[in-house]
Amino acid sequence: MQRDLLIRGMQDILGPEGVISEREQLRSYECDGLMNYRVIPELVVLPETAEQVQSVVKLCYDEGIPFVARGSGTGLSGGALPVESGVLIVLSRLRRILEVDIPNQRVVVEPGVINIWVSQEVAEEGYYYAPDPASQIVSSIGGNLAENSGGVHCLKYGFTTNHVMGAEIVLPDGTMVNVGGGKAADAPGYELLGAFVGSEGTLGIATKITLRIVRKPEAVRTLLAAFKDTEEAGGAVSGIIGGGIVPAAIEMMDSLCIEAVETAVHPGFPRAGAILIVELDGPAAEVEYQFQHTIKVCEENDASEVRIAEDDEERALFWKGRKAAFAAMGRIANDYYVQDSVVPRTELGAVLKRISELGAEYGMRVANVFHAGDGNLHPLVLYDNDVEGEAEKAEALAGDIVFTCLEHGGSLTGEHGIGEDKKKYMPKMFTTEDLDTMQLLRCAFDPHQICNPGKIFPTPRLCGERPGPFRMHPVQQAGLAENF
Amino acid sequence: MATRTKNVSVEDLQNIVGEGHAREAGAGDAVDGVPPSFVVEPGSTEEIAGLMKLANDRDLAVAPRGGGTTMSLGNPPRALDLILGTTRMNAVVEHVPGDQVVRVQSGIRFGDLQERLAGSDQMLGVDPPEAGEGATVGGIVAANSSGPRRYRYGTVRDLIIGITVVLADGTVAKAGGKVVKNVAGYDLSKLFTGSLGTLGVIAECNFRLHPRPETARTVAVELPDTASAGAASQAILHAQIVPSAVELVWDGETRLLTILIEGIPSGVEAQAEAASHILGGFGEVRELADDEAMPSGPPGAGDDAVAVKISAPPAELTGVLDSTLGASSRLGVTPRITGHAGTGVTYVGLSGGEEEARAGVVEELREIWLRRGGSVVVRQASPAFKERVEAWGPIGTRLDLTRRVKDKFDPRGILNPGRFVGGI
Ligand SMILES: Cc1cc2nc3c(=O)[nH]c(=O)nc-3n(C[C@H](O)[C@H](O)[C@H](O)COP(=O)(O)OP(=O)(O)OC[C@H]3O[C@@H](n4cnc5c(N)ncnc54)[C@H](O)[C@@H]3O)c2cc1C
Repeated sequence: MQRDLLIRGMQDILGPEGVISEREQLRSYECDGLMNYRVIPELVVLPETAEQVQSVVKLCYDEGIPFVARGSGTGLSGGALPVESGVLIVLSRLRRILEVDIPNQRVVVEPGVINIWVSQEVAEEGYYYAPDPASQIVSSIGGNLAENSGGVHCLKYGFTTNHVMGAEIVLPDGTMVNVGGGKAADAPGYELLGAFVGSEGTLGIATKITLRIVRKPEAVRTLLAAFKDTEEAGGAVSGIIGGGIVPAAIEMMDSLCIEAVETAVHPGFPRAGAILIVELDGPAAEVEYQFQHTIKVCEENDASEVRIAEDDEERALFWKGRKAAFAAMGRIANDYYVQDSVVPRTELGAVLKRISELGAEYGMRVANVFHAGDGNLHPLVLYDNDVEGEAEKAEALAGDIVFTCLEHGGSLTGEHGIGEDKKKYMPKMFTTEDLDTMQLLRCAFDPHQICNPGKIFPTPRLCGERPGPFRMHPVQQAGLAENF
Repeated sequence: MATRTKNVSVEDLQNIVGEGHAREAGAGDAVDGVPPSFVVEPGSTEEIAGLMKLANDRDLAVAPRGGGTTMSLGNPPRALDLILGTTRMNAVVEHVPGDQVVRVQSGIRFGDLQERLAGSDQMLGVDPPEAGEGATVGGIVAANSSGPRRYRYGTVRDLIIGITVVLADGTVAKAGGKVVKNVAGYDLSKLFTGSLGTLGVIAECNFRLHPRPETARTVAVELPDTASAGAASQAILHAQIVPSAVELVWDGETRLLTILIEGIPSGVEAQAEAASHILGGFGEVRELADDEAMPSGPPGAGDDAVAVKISAPPAELTGVLDSTLGASSRLGVTPRITGHAGTGVTYVGLSGGEEEARAGVVEELREIWLRRGGSVVVRQASPAFKERVEAWGPIGTRLDLTRRVKDKFDPRGILNPGRFVGGI
């Protein structure tokens, strides 16, 4: 299809203000939160309703034009990276909260709704939306769903996938389907919703999402403990969880990270080799008992200091320091490259040691801030883009860190997704059969592979007949037996 | 039903699994009255792969079977040649208590696994009633079985973190992993949860575990009427207590809403007090002993001819009760109702009356609850009943996509043909 015809077609659906085609304006959409990859799309469209999304997708399908969905563009794996000669469908104008249903503990939203708005909407009723990515004041529910985003409180309450109960999806051929029970549990049939969450925009576009909201806990207690090094802090983590406690959150920061955060937002953290922020919530009597146990475990693991948040203000200060960690890296380095691998909790000590050895071998600094409770590391490899070769070196080091995590039984990514960034590593974690099997799902949803093509999988598979020994049985061929 | 040529011998199967592990099927192996030819019991993932390759090449219809507790779920099979029994695959492959995850072969009995985990003060947070009858872990995953504690821990889909499956053509594939937090690749563990053996044979599963609670208490309120069932359950749901289960029993003169509280002693004490206080506003409250705490058998046991599962928005509990009691009494059928009130899942057993009347009740309930965003699934019934009332009910806009998924994973339709939604 010619460009001007495509523009006209889109304008017919969206009006002139819903279509961006000027190169300069298109530039603002060339990357997501991972700026290493940039592609300028053919067109950007800004639908305002689910029906418009459907019409846009239908047009793309009819013309065989690839498209990519984008929420707020904060993704860290290049998931919303446009495809050349494709259409970028930006969902940020679908931003209505459609329904608040307190009796059933559900909120129904459009995909462009920002994560924090949901909690704000139901706060007065004593509820909140549990998944809390550090980007929650900017990232969209649609993007959260596509990435199966996590947050510091997901250790106890589960990830996005445990809180999305239903979705209306525009499939890549433009048909609209509802998956998941929404307000009722256990919709009969395949768990298509569970498969869709975390599919990184490759199976269709969510246009309406039903979320579960959670009752605010009766009590919340938060402490900050300082340790000589990450190994001692890791010992405390094991001790707390081994004691049968499921904390709301356990976060760890190493000394380099503490330094950066101090410079940036001055939370007044102790100077230490490592700190832990531990939060417990739930019924008051239980929290109190477990909190005392947690303090004891920290002390037994030689914590040099245990600070207890006396009020909401102090708690907010602890979290401010933690949530500012990525942004604060700018204070101690020009550039950084973040990884998101996961290791089994019992392997944390060994892996952190190896990371610091790798840093020394490469002669580069690595800051660590991570979700210690579920072993989700965020090693930040610091470098300077202006120094020739450093960016490549940083990426190579980050790659070695990823491989280390896989060797210890972990995963490539805990919450940021594979996207464009990590697809080259997929064969290290999965066999060809694994990846081909995953792509069977892709083929069912998107046989023409026009929906966010080129992401997640290093080698796309053809969606025609399955390769292998498919032969019609002679009996069947002769028409003697039915193919049931 | 199509007449089929059986182009496999017991020797062909024994060549793959060894002599002692393949046999001619007996009367007890029939599924909804459809007799298979053979029962074969592989001892490894590779053997499952060998069997599936054979079945695919020779066009044999395969029904995977774990403990055999839930084989009557779904429509009668359109064809059946092989029962593929998984119970020899019963190993705990890996359990690192410090990581709170476990990897098991799918044929392990759920009770055996739970006992083993108890040794480390841990548990898998699902408690389906079939667990007590010898259900296997793979069967529980495939049937998406759940129990009272789903209120707190979620269902299988929330706890499964990795899976190894054998596809219809013998391909062995895995997804997920052994860490709880993991977004690498599509989440096929969830896709296979509840797929009732129609997409592949589950060979291994990995789960997230939880610490075993130290102690428990159950408080219950005697419900004077259906309205107070809904109101009491809402009052609990919106309180700041964190029960493990919120259960309903409505069976003859027994009409209870029970709240299970688990955790450390001081916490359980305080929460049980709080729960009693809330429930006191609706009727007489009493504490239940351990053995009377949770409803005995689920509907479908005993005299029940038919058992259905109603999923509805949890705030509609009173409506679920009224619609069930109303239709039953009008049509002369006796209902037995238990349910996970907190999550909007209700089980109804129907006895007495003519089959036509029982079918009438189910159809009426299905009409009502589909319209209100829920579903009604026939969990247990005679094949004749299922001729009248399809097991799953319509699935709306997702039927076409559902078929496409099935066609991709099992293009020749050899896995449990006919049993699942839309005649898949
Ligand atoms: C400072 C910072 C902190 C962060 N902290 C966290 C964190 O703590 N935890 C965490 O998990 N992530 C975190 N992230 C990553 C990012 O915020 C999340 O991945 C987020 O969910 C992306 O949302 P978005 O709206 O920006 O999506 P985008 O980046 O716009 O898109 C992400 C993916 O979703 C797809 N998509 C978007 N909308 C839809 C839709 N409606 N239907 C289908 N697919 C869609 C896109 O195609 C793309 O593949 C952080 C990012 C930043 C910049």
